[in-house]
Amino acid sequence: MSASSPRAAYRRGVSAALPFVIVVAPFGLLFGVVGTEAGLDIAQVMGFTVLVIAGASQFTALQLMADGAPTLIVVASALAVNLRMAMYSASLAPYLGQAPFWQRALAAYMNVDQTYALAHAEYEARPATTAPERMAFFFGTATPIIPVWVGATAVGIWVGAALPPALGLDFAVPITFIALIAPALRTLAHVAAAVTSVVMAILLGFLPWNLWLLAAGLAAMIVGAEVERRMEARR
Amino acid sequence: MSYSDAQLWVIILALGVGTFLIRFSFLGILGNRELPPWLLRHLRYTAVGILPAMVTPLVLWPEATGGTLDPVRVASAVVGLGVGLWTKNAIWAIVSGMGSFWALGALLG
Repeated sequence: MSASSPRAAYRRGVSAALPFVIVVAPFGLLFGVVGTEAGLDIAQVMGFTVLVIAGASQFTALQLMADGAPTLIVVASALAVNLRMAMYSASLAPYLGQAPFWQRALAAYMNVDQTYALAHAEYEARPATTAPERMAFFFGTATPIIPVWVGATAVGIWVGAALPPALGLDFAVPITFIALIAPALRTLAHVAAAVTSVVMAILLGFLPWNLWLLAAGLAAMIVGAEVERRMEARR
Repeated sequence: MSYSDAQLWVIILALGVGTFLIRFSFLGILGNRELPPWLLRHLRYTAVGILPAMVTPLVLWPEATGGTLDPVRVASAVVGLGVGLWTKNAIWAIVSGMGSFWALGALLG
């Protein structure tokens, strides 16, 4: 294999990720707008976007802060939304595990929904690639995604400061969550988990410190996993 | 927002470090170890398990209406969900949901 093949893999990663810029930009923009409207300053909004790079958990933290939840509950609930990324990490480890430490750390930092999905699909489709090629492909996917995410948030801060409050942008938060959930309802198990989540949120709404959120999430995960197990057993 | 600057930065840093550690877990620390199937099965449903619970009070008893049911918000949420299920596209779900919210708000309000 020629010495330039990691470079070719990198370029393949960049072009695979380019269409997803259209998905990432509006979420980044919206976080900038909603974060600014919620009263965060520029450094705080950018701090979230640069350090966390996970839209759903950032919106979760923002909403719980608007409710005045205790700091620990805000962090625990927002982290719970990101638990799925442990699964991403486990599923990339066989492909990227031989790379140098700093490369694995950098890849972990940029392991978001889009880069993970693109990289995993590539590694399954091309099992013969070398470890440096696989890492190069991963960094290729991150090259358009991460800067667009950060840049879109910055634009959102600027737009948010100019928008009148009468637009009802508070409603953009639940709509964004619904938009993230709906395409993910692929199987009966996913639907069962989502329905459990809604029912538990209504039943447990009386719990203090937004504990209903973690309780509903845990119950929904158990129901989703159990439905999946039974569906597979029936096959 | 009722938090001091220090509290806000604690939240931002804790969330940043915690999220990194979740992402780094197997890539960096635990290495090439197989996860037990039951754990993978549960992790698959974290996002779809927590986000709907998050949405429920925001749609059914929103702060902006003083906690009373608002038909415009409920109808717009249903439109967003329907379009999201139909197109499998998050952007169209947002456009249609917010579009209905503003259109119905202008018609009825």
